[in-house]
Amino acid sequence: MHIAHYIPLFPFLAFVINIFVGRRLKIGSAYLAVGTCVLSFLCSLKVWQGFLQGERSYSLGTWLLIQGKPLDFGIIVDPLTIMMLLIVSFIGTFILIYSIGYMHDDPRFSRYFAYISLFMASMLGLVLADNFILLLIFWEGVGLCSYFLIAFWHERPAAAKAGIKAFVTTRIGDTGFLVGMLLLFFTTGTFHFSDFQFLRGPEPVLTLAAILIFAGAIGKSAQFPLHVWLPDAMEGPTPISALIHAATMVAAGVYLVARCFPLFAAHPAALQTVAVIGGISALMAATIAVVNNDIKRVLAYSTISQLGLMMLGLGVGGLSAGTFHLMTHAFFKALLFLCAGSIIHAVGIQDIRQMGGLFSKMKVTSVTFCIGALALAGVPPFAGFWSKDEILLTAWNNHHPVLFAVALLTSLLTSFYMARLIFLVLFGKPRSELHAHESPAVMTIPLVVLSVFAALAGFIGSPLKEATGAYEGSQVMMLASTMVSLTGLGLAYLIYIRQMALPQSLLMSCQGLKQLLLNKYYIDEIYEVVLVKPILRLCQGSFSFDMKIVDGLVNGVANVTQFCSGVLRRTQTGLVQNYLLVQVFGVVLLIMWLLKI
Amino acid sequence: MIPILSTLIFLPLLGAIIIFCLPPRLEKSIRFLSLLVTGVVLAVSVCLVMHFDPAVGGASNSMQFVEYHPWLHNLHIWYFLGVDGLSLPLVFLTALLGFLACLSSYEIKERVKEYFIFYLLLMTGMIGTFLALDLVLFYIFWEIVLIPMYFLIGIWGGPRREYAAVKFFLYTLAGSVLMLLGILTAYFLSTPHTFNMLQLGLSGFDLRWQIILFLAFFLAFAVKVPVFPFHTWLPDAHVEAPTPVSVLLAGVLLKMGGYGLLRVCFPIFKAAAFVLAPVLAMLGVVNIVYGAWVAFAQTDFKKMVAYSSVSHMGFVLLGAASLTVTGFNGALLGMFNHGIITGGMFLLVGVLYTRAHTRELNRFGGLTNSMPFYAFCLTFLSLASLGLPGLSGFVGEFLSLVGAFKPYPWLVVAAGIGLVMTVGYFLSMIGRVLLGALNPKCVPYVDMNTRELVTIVPLMAIVLIVGFYPQSVLNFQQEAMQGLAHLFKL
Repeated sequence: MHIAHYIPLFPFLAFVINIFVGRRLKIGSAYLAVGTCVLSFLCSLKVWQGFLQGERSYSLGTWLLIQGKPLDFGIIVDPLTIMMLLIVSFIGTFILIYSIGYMHDDPRFSRYFAYISLFMASMLGLVLADNFILLLIFWEGVGLCSYFLIAFWHERPAAAKAGIKAFVTTRIGDTGFLVGMLLLFFTTGTFHFSDFQFLRGPEPVLTLAAILIFAGAIGKSAQFPLHVWLPDAMEGPTPISALIHAATMVAAGVYLVARCFPLFAAHPAALQTVAVIGGISALMAATIAVVNNDIKRVLAYSTISQLGLMMLGLGVGGLSAGTFHLMTHAFFKALLFLCAGSIIHAVGIQDIRQMGGLFSKMKVTSVTFCIGALALAGVPPFAGFWSKDEILLTAWNNHHPVLFAVALLTSLLTSFYMARLIFLVLFGKPRSELHAHESPAVMTIPLVVLSVFAALAGFIGSPLKEATGAYEGSQVMMLASTMVSLTGLGLAYLIYIRQMALPQSLLMSCQGLKQLLLNKYYIDEIYEVVLVKPILRLCQGSFSFDMKIVDGLVNGVANVTQFCSGVLRRTQTGLVQNYLLVQVFGVVLLIMWLLKI
Repeated sequence: MIPILSTLIFLPLLGAIIIFCLPPRLEKSIRFLSLLVTGVVLAVSVCLVMHFDPAVGGASNSMQFVEYHPWLHNLHIWYFLGVDGLSLPLVFLTALLGFLACLSSYEIKERVKEYFIFYLLLMTGMIGTFLALDLVLFYIFWEIVLIPMYFLIGIWGGPRREYAAVKFFLYTLAGSVLMLLGILTAYFLSTPHTFNMLQLGLSGFDLRWQIILFLAFFLAFAVKVPVFPFHTWLPDAHVEAPTPVSVLLAGVLLKMGGYGLLRVCFPIFKAAAFVLAPVLAMLGVVNIVYGAWVAFAQTDFKKMVAYSSVSHMGFVLLGAASLTVTGFNGALLGMFNHGIITGGMFLLVGVLYTRAHTRELNRFGGLTNSMPFYAFCLTFLSLASLGLPGLSGFVGEFLSLVGAFKPYPWLVVAAGIGLVMTVGYFLSMIGRVLLGALNPKCVPYVDMNTRELVTIVPLMAIVLIVGFYPQSVLNFQQEAMQGLAHLFKL
């Protein structure tokens, strides 16, 4: 066993203990989860150190023989994995600490920490796996934990339903993923990521395989057209939204594309698909976030949009840009969700139209919230600015003007809706009776820590820079993107703080558009009509078919037999005279036949 | 040396005879005796597994622990038993489920003596079917299974037990009549005349006869698997059968069909298998998708699990029809896993039924709060059943899909629909039974007791072990599957 193998094992141990005896541990179950998470973080640092000394990958023996080829419990160690390990275990630790405060009086306190430990184990395993099959195991594992945690408060029907929706929707993508994986295996004979540089095979088949693999990423990262589960996933506890549905699990799709990047890069059509899907998701989700009134859902749509931006970054060829944004986003989006959680914890509602003026009552939360928002909006020098800038730059340099415009427009919308959120929640006058109070230190300290990273993580630069050769930051691009961000902020300021008449009347004039956006482009409704209802009807129809036709045929055969024997039974009258008559008749016939009459 | 295979087969029969001689009022002793007998059978089967040499293989003779004695010499019928990588997992599965279902049979309160006589007789038939290598012997054990099963459903079943029992009996019998004809035809066509399965595999029939015989055997096996459209006896039989009988029905009886396919149809009628494999694969996908659709529409818990069996056995068929090592491995491992998982599922349905006396999914709700152990077990097995990677169900399905991908890529894509639907109906079942607010009707239900936990925990442990270390089973079956696939290498 190498030290890297222990990284997922610690949280798994916490899961096992918590699921069976967690109730007796009470608050201890939380300390256990936090402690194992810290251990994983320390091990991740150790692995990093080992990597710098030249260690690369480790195997723990064969898991399964496929077509005679061994499939190992193998671990890959490269800058991408190390970055993910550090992000997941670091942010995870602080979200777990925050959860102690957030979930303190929940009756299923220990259960919560059991699930979240299982999630940590799966997520850490996912980024360590060196082949598709192992990755798939953890991939489904994180999906499962996501299901458990979305449906954590299952007494609310909406939560139970959202859990199923999330699992089934991602499974659709995963089926494509599985087929793509098999296609790749039969074309190239490998499941291992380390072989990806040397893939040989027919161009169209590999392109198709890459696109199918991307389908898995679409489901997991909630990209169009499988994005519908993420907003509903906000039914889960808010720290879960921060950890799973913002910082880590949903980024697994982006991680997958980054992990298979040599495959995508060698097939332009596949790469183009990634970029276009990313662009559509980024723009679509950003427009919806502009009008949404639920504090968590605005952030959820923003997550879809930002993940789309990462996909776009990867799709235009910017491996380092996409992963860099993944990293900065993990910090500031986790921060934003935790702040939202702190606010919800304090006021008990999620509708931003009823909030307002919280700044004076919740100083720490408000300041950190603003830092997160500025980072997301891409205002220099906060983290989001640097990574977003790199994506814009890559799109421009690699000659994708349309995608560049999409990314720029998304940035504008992003800074606008974040400013709107800040202004409506923290400033102005309270629009309803709110008894807000600052959250306890166990919740605010993680906020402060994460806000430091949200502010400064951009200066680290992309961890993959050396690996891929980054572009020099162009001053023009920085200026342009800063201008765009400030424009968005300014517009929101004019509308929501100064309440200027002109933009408001402009808004009033496009009510149709607003309705369209408020209803999320009616995508959920379309799916309901086009997919869900027909499938349910198909199932019912199959059942009737089974009962009436298939089984009817079986019973029909039985009935026919019974009917025939009923008819034949009448010949058995039991009267000797009848039998004698038939006998005589038969003898007569026989004689006639013999004499050939 | 003790003939270990004969011991396995006839120990339950001996138990049945002893119980037959006991007065019916000694219910406790009868129960205990049956448990003891099935326990010893399980222990012997574990010994068998320990002494089995997984490395013995090769195309011609991989049988171990062979017992070969003349029986009806004039008719060339031999008492011929043997075990290889194909039968070993299924024998172990039978012994394990036989023991656990016997434990669960403590719930049977009426006519205990007769029940256990039939139960032990059933065990003899099932184990014999997996070990017999002479077609006549195989047929006899195959038919022995039918009779106790008929009575177990017909006497101890639910309200429509007679209908279900007769349907089960006639349907399977119709299939086995064809098999009998097939056996006789194969005997007379072979030179020299023989019922020996291994020898029959070496005698080349011409293609026309092969196809006819393949179909005759296949129909018998298809009813048992069950393959669409011969599956409608299954939901009826399951709904009416008492819990332990359901466990054996789903866990073992269905495997007899798949086993027959791999033991008789494929190796003896190779050329026909080549011709018919695409049809089998297509039927397999129909099973997967159609079974999932119908399962989705169920409101009866047991019927849902029954149709999920139809769906899962489709993967077995698809894997087998691929005619590759990987596919065969997937099919056999899939059968083993399905036996463990679905056997466990039926135990869990039974747990709920003894408390609620209903299986309507909509009559439950919120049980996770009042029955946490039950909720854990049900969730665990559902996840295994829907093919969550890391649990055993996934490995079998995955290997089947890998095996089938090369010859039938589009069928694998179509099977993907089944994968998504399976997640849908299992999660919606969990949603209706375990989640939500606690249904007031469910308040008095107590959590699983020790006996119930003892029956389910070993199964869950196996699910976890096989899921994390599939080679634990695959190592045993590897050689036999390699030999089988070798027959189809061009």
